[in-house]
Order: sequence, then structure tokens, then C-alpha cells
Amino acid sequence: MPHETAVHEPHEHIFVPQHRHHFETEEQQREAGSFGMWLFLLTEIMFFGGLFFAYLLYRNWYYPAFVVASNQLNVKEGAINTAVLITSGFFMALGVYYAEVRNRKMLVWMLIFTTIFGCAFLGVKVDEYHEKYEKHHIPGASFSIHDFVNPPIDQKTGLPTEKALAPDMAQHTEIFFFLYFAMTGMHALHMIIGIGLLAWLIWRSNRGDFTDGYVAPIENFGLYWHFVDIVWLFLFPLLYLINRHPMK
Amino acid sequence: MSTHAVPLDTIVLLPDQATATIPKKNYITAEHGLLSWLLTGDHKRIAMLYLISITFFFFIGGAFAGMIRLELLTPQPDLVSSDTYNKFFTMHGIIMIFLFLVPSVPATLGNFLMPIMLGAKDLAFPKINLLSWYLYLVGGALTLAALILGGVDTGWTFTTPLSTHYLNTHVITAGMAIFVAGFSSIFTGLNFIVTIHRMRAPGMTWFRMPLFCWSHYAASILMVLGTPVLAITLVLVVLERTVGIGVFDPTKGGDPLLFQHLFWFYSHPAVYIMILPGMGVISEVISTFSRKRVFGYTAVAFSSVAIALFGFFVWAHHMFIMGVSNYSALVFSLLTMLVAVPSAIKIFNWAFTLHKGSITFETPMLYAFGFMGLFTIGGLTGVFLGSLGMDIHLTETYFIVAHFHFVMVGGMLMAFLAGVHFWWPKMTGRMYPESLSKLAAVTTFIGFNLTFLPQFILGYLGMPRRYHAYPQEFQVLNVLSTAGATVLGIGYMLPLLYLGWSLKYGAIAGDNPWQATGLEWQIQSPPLTENFTEIPIVDYEAYDYEWLEKKQKEQVTTVG
Repeated sequence: MPHETAVHEPHEHIFVPQHRHHFETEEQQREAGSFGMWLFLLTEIMFFGGLFFAYLLYRNWYYPAFVVASNQLNVKEGAINTAVLITSGFFMALGVYYAEVRNRKMLVWMLIFTTIFGCAFLGVKVDEYHEKYEKHHIPGASFSIHDFVNPPIDQKTGLPTEKALAPDMAQHTEIFFFLYFAMTGMHALHMIIGIGLLAWLIWRSNRGDFTDGYVAPIENFGLYWHFVDIVWLFLFPLLYLINRHPMK
Repeated sequence: MSTHAVPLDTIVLLPDQATATIPKKNYITAEHGLLSWLLTGDHKRIAMLYLISITFFFFIGGAFAGMIRLELLTPQPDLVSSDTYNKFFTMHGIIMIFLFLVPSVPATLGNFLMPIMLGAKDLAFPKINLLSWYLYLVGGALTLAALILGGVDTGWTFTTPLSTHYLNTHVITAGMAIFVAGFSSIFTGLNFIVTIHRMRAPGMTWFRMPLFCWSHYAASILMVLGTPVLAITLVLVVLERTVGIGVFDPTKGGDPLLFQHLFWFYSHPAVYIMILPGMGVISEVISTFSRKRVFGYTAVAFSSVAIALFGFFVWAHHMFIMGVSNYSALVFSLLTMLVAVPSAIKIFNWAFTLHKGSITFETPMLYAFGFMGLFTIGGLTGVFLGSLGMDIHLTETYFIVAHFHFVMVGGMLMAFLAGVHFWWPKMTGRMYPESLSKLAAVTTFIGFNLTFLPQFILGYLGMPRRYHAYPQEFQVLNVLSTAGATVLGIGYMLPLLYLGWSLKYGAIAGDNPWQATGLEWQIQSPPLTENFTEIPIVDYEAYDYEWLEKKQKEQVTTVG
């Protein structure tokens, strides 16, 4: 956020309680913190990168399995979740703004809204996971390829709802569902950690810690939260949308 | 301040021992009690905590190396069963790589020196620095747990599907250990990068930084970008073992080669994580003991960055025999040879630094010479292995074992010991005993060569690695190697003993026993808690010995 509410001259020592003594200036501290956060996000990109690479590889190898398996995902809930997450990110951005204009009450409210929408996302996600459980789409113990080899018949048309896969290709849908669970699960784990941090930030914001010119924790958490949003913005099209086309 | 003439065979200049004392106020005496160490934010104290912990794990890993060499003394499998032997070399590898080599120089010397060299009071994130040490301990404890519960026998490479389907040892515990230790390394790297970017003292421009900082910068980039990929790979291995997800399982359509790609995407750069900080040490030592600015400073600085950059694009040379496409093998072979160029730039520049320098042979310099020779051999045999035809013959033999031990032990461990001796007076305020330590340096060098030179021949003759029995005709060379390992072991025990001794009885070192130019030598030893009484303004280039001479003259005239 380029908002500079207080301008500090270099080498001017303004000691606020949050100023750590090993930094020469408060500005240096703020820059170091935000730089560190960006670097951390870089490591996160590499962390998710391994999974994205696996997705790329197996999508190329087992394209038909990926198409059919992808069609089993719940696009409606995925789309709702995308909206929910973007809304949550919007409130986070507002939170950073209110921290900078030193409005304690609004900051707390914005963080609460961020948390609520974050939890809503996780709730919808749980519902989706449950649906996978019912359909035997959880890789590992009870995974079943039955529906991919013998697609259910549509009541009205009397035709199969999906193109049937040969059993060996149908087996590879398990890899798609594993990647689905690994990627969205890792994303959800980041959300859960984020919500934990939000609770702590709300408590401190309510004490007024971040509305006296010291906004670095709010800013840096905002970066983290937006990063988690962006991961989802890649996951949603790659997992839900990219293979979707009407079955004729 | 003594003014007598410096003898020609040494540059060591110690204060008058009759009157000299260790400064009463320093980072060690600043606070007392165990808690003041366990909860410290001081980078120097954290460095000492790291030094103690990595030494502990070094000797555990070393004990396994000893057992391996003992088994290989005879061709028959007579000391341990093959399963136990597999566990020995796996634990040796895991402990030495993840708990010793990766944190060795950065977490100890780097932690201690980076802020001082840059003219800062501490690293940017002292709490994260402490957290990194605790994560290291958790990683170490998990490794010990895996060890005590019965060990792991996958090899340190966790090759799938061996590690996921065919072994019933503590792969998950060991995987978690490396996962956690990895984050300790990420945090160290992150701290260094931010500190270099944001906390240099006024006047400390990028090209006035000591080369130690440049090489740590390059290594940090590798830590930050590479380690997370290892982390996710290990998560996948654990999931494959527990849930059977199939991503590396060929029977479910998964690809074991994918594991190799992901694993080596970290583990090849990890080699440079291990060696680059060591190269930084060598630059400092060579310059100080030949009284010259490092030849081609800019080239050496950029070669570190080049190694970091190229290092990310050579990983598939570990997979030439695993059925990767011929075309990609060609490209990776070429890139592997290219990465030798920046390393060679360093070796040549150090050689030119020595040229016409006023060389003296104190212990750190002896270790540095050891490094230059052994690393060159290790590096050149790496080019053998990088060429496709040779690799088919040599890979998975003792040739490769000898190759990476020349780089890691002959290179990095020599550099680590060079650095520990070089900065020991700064860290503790006392000198180590010079003649004994020279003996240790020579012993290490002789022991090392005796251990690993025969292994090149063994490998070339076709003795495979990772077996506990071998044909009769290989025995002579194996006996030589085991004898060498014994000498090497003594070479490593000696510093432990005399450095411990020197803590109490060593000569008082004074601020700048080597008359070196780095910022760390311009402050008291051991340093104060926040390093400087006031933040220095840097108005001289790195390795400017004339600046130092002028400064010393001024001090003498003002004091005298």
C-alpha cells in the first residue's frame, strides 16, 4: 500500500513502542518487514509450484481422465466460493485502509468481516468434500471408478451423462482427485492458519495496537491473505473450469 | 598499543599478554543464565547455539561414517547385516546433509558475522532467527527419534517407489524431520536477504560488501526458492505412504520420475547452498593472509550469483540413467558443464590473489589451501560425471561417492574449519593454539586424501556404492580408505579438544589479531550485544589494507 500517512526523515529517531531497537529508523523496520513478507510469499509460490507442476504433467498424460473427473466437481459451489473469497479479500483491503487512517472501530469490523467470509469459504469447502466422500471420489481407501466406466444414465434422454472411459484410463481419475484434494487442501490449510492469525489481529486491533501509525502487521497479513486468494484464483479455473464443455 | 615491527612469517599481532584482558562488557557477559541464551534475539548468541548443535550432529553423522568404513575393511559382510548397513549410510547422509552441511557455515559463521560485516546491529528478524534454531532442533529431535526407533534405509534421496512401497522403516519421521529442518533453512536465508537489502550501514554499497556477504546472498536465494519444493515433495511422499495417493506410484499411473525431478530441483541447488558460504569464507581468508584485495572482486561476487542461477537448471544430471529423454539429457549435460565456469572463476581469482601477495601460513590459510586443491579435484570430477557417456559408467559407483565427498568434505568442511579458526578470536576473544591447529589442518588434509582418493579408483574399477560386501580384489584400496578415515577422524577430534581448551587458556586475541580489514575486525572481541557503539560510516572499499595501515598509524599517534 503506497499510503504514507507519516513521513519520516532518514536518521530521525522517532521511537514508538513497536520500534525494534536494532533498526535505525521506523521506516527501515517497515520496509524490512514488508520485504521479508514478499520473500516469504515467494517461498509459498515455490511450495505450491510443486503441485502445479504435477498437475501440468498428469493433465498432459491423462487428458480424458482429467476432463471427466473435472466435470464431477461442483462448479456452482466453486463459483460461490470464488465470490466469497474475493469479498473477504475486499474487506481485508478495506481493513488496511482503515488501519492507515487510524480508524480503530472500522478496522476491527473489517477484520471481522474478513474472518466471516473466510469461514464461509471453508464451510462451502467442507460441503464439497462431503459430496466427494458420498461419490467415492476420495483417493485412497474407498475410491471407486465405477461411475467413470459406467456413467449414470440421464432419465430424460436415456443417454449416458458422460463419455465412458476405458478402465485403465478411468483409474487415472484418482490422480486428478488426489491433486484436487492436495491443492485445495493445502489452500484450505493456509486459510485456517490465516483465520487463526486474524483472530489474534482482531484482538490486538481492538486494543488499538494498529491505529497509532504502526500498521505493518495488518499490511503484511493483508499480503498473505491476498496471496491465498490468488492461489484460489488459479485453482478454480484449473480444477473446475478448464475442461468443462457441454456433453453432447 | 604495541608498535614493534611485524615478523615476516606471521601477521598475527596480539596485545601484550601481561596487561591484556577480555572486555568486561560483551555479548557473552551481557546476560546470565540458561534462559538468557534460550530466549535470546542476539544473532551472535544464536550463532553459538547453532555451533554447539551442529557440532553434536556432526559427530553423530561421523560415527555412522566410521561404522561404514569399519564394515568395508573386509570384503565379507561381517560387521553388520545388509539392512543395518543400509540404515548406516542413510542416517549418515541425512544427518550430514540436512543437519550439518546445509546450516554449517550460514547458521553459525553467517549468523554471527553478516550483521557485523554489513554494519548492522542485528539481523532484520531476530525472533525468526531464534525460531529457525528451534525448528532446527525439532528437525534434529525427529531425526534422532527416527534413528532410535530403528532408523531409515531409503538412502538420503528417499527414492520412490522404494521409500513409499517397499520399505517398512521410519520414512515418515525422517521426512518430517527434513521438512521442519527445511523451514529453519528458509528462515535463515530470508533473514540474510532482507538484512543485506535493507540494513547495510551508510556507505556500505553492494560492491563494498565483503565477498562473504555476496556468497551468502547467493546461497540464501537458493534456500528461499529451493527448499519449499523439497518440502512439498516430502509431503507427497508421506501422503503416498500413508494414504496411497498414487502420484508417484506407477501402478496407479503415477510417475516415480516426477519425484526425482521435484527432489533434485531442491537437492541439486542444495549442493550450492552447502558450498557457496564456504567459498565466502575462503575469499576472506585468502585475502587476509596474502595481504591483497581479492583479485577480480566483481567477478567473484557475480560468480556467486551465477552459480545460484545456473544451479537451478542442472538438476536432471542426477537422472541420466533413469530414462529421461536424450534431448533433455544433452541440454542438462551442457548446463552442468557451464556451472563449472563460475566455480572456476573463483578458483582462478583466488590463485591470482595469492600471486605476488605476502603470504603467511596460519591455520585458516592451511585449511583454505586444502579447500582450493580438494574442491578443484571435486569440481573437475563433477565435469566427468556431467558428460553423458562417462556418467553411465561412473554413476552409482564409488567414483560419485568420492566426487561429492571431495566437494562437500574436502571443500565445505575445510572451509568451515578455516572459518571457525579464522573467526574464533572474534567469537571468543581468545586465540586457538597455533602449532596444534596447524597439525590438525595437515592431519585432516592427509586423512582426507587417503580416504577418498582410493575411492575414485574403486569407482572407476566398478565398485558400486551402497553395498556392504565387495569382491576380494578391492580390499587393498578399501583398507587404505578406512585407514584414511581413522586419520580424518583424529583430524576432526583435535579442533574440538583444543578449541575447548582455548576458551579458558587461549591467548587474549585483541580486536584484530589478523590485521584484517572487515568491519568485524574493527570492533572489540568478543563484540558488544549490538555490535557497534555507533553505526559505522563506511568510506573505504573491501579488502583495503592501505586504509587499515593508515588507520592504525593514526591510532598509534593519537594514543602515543
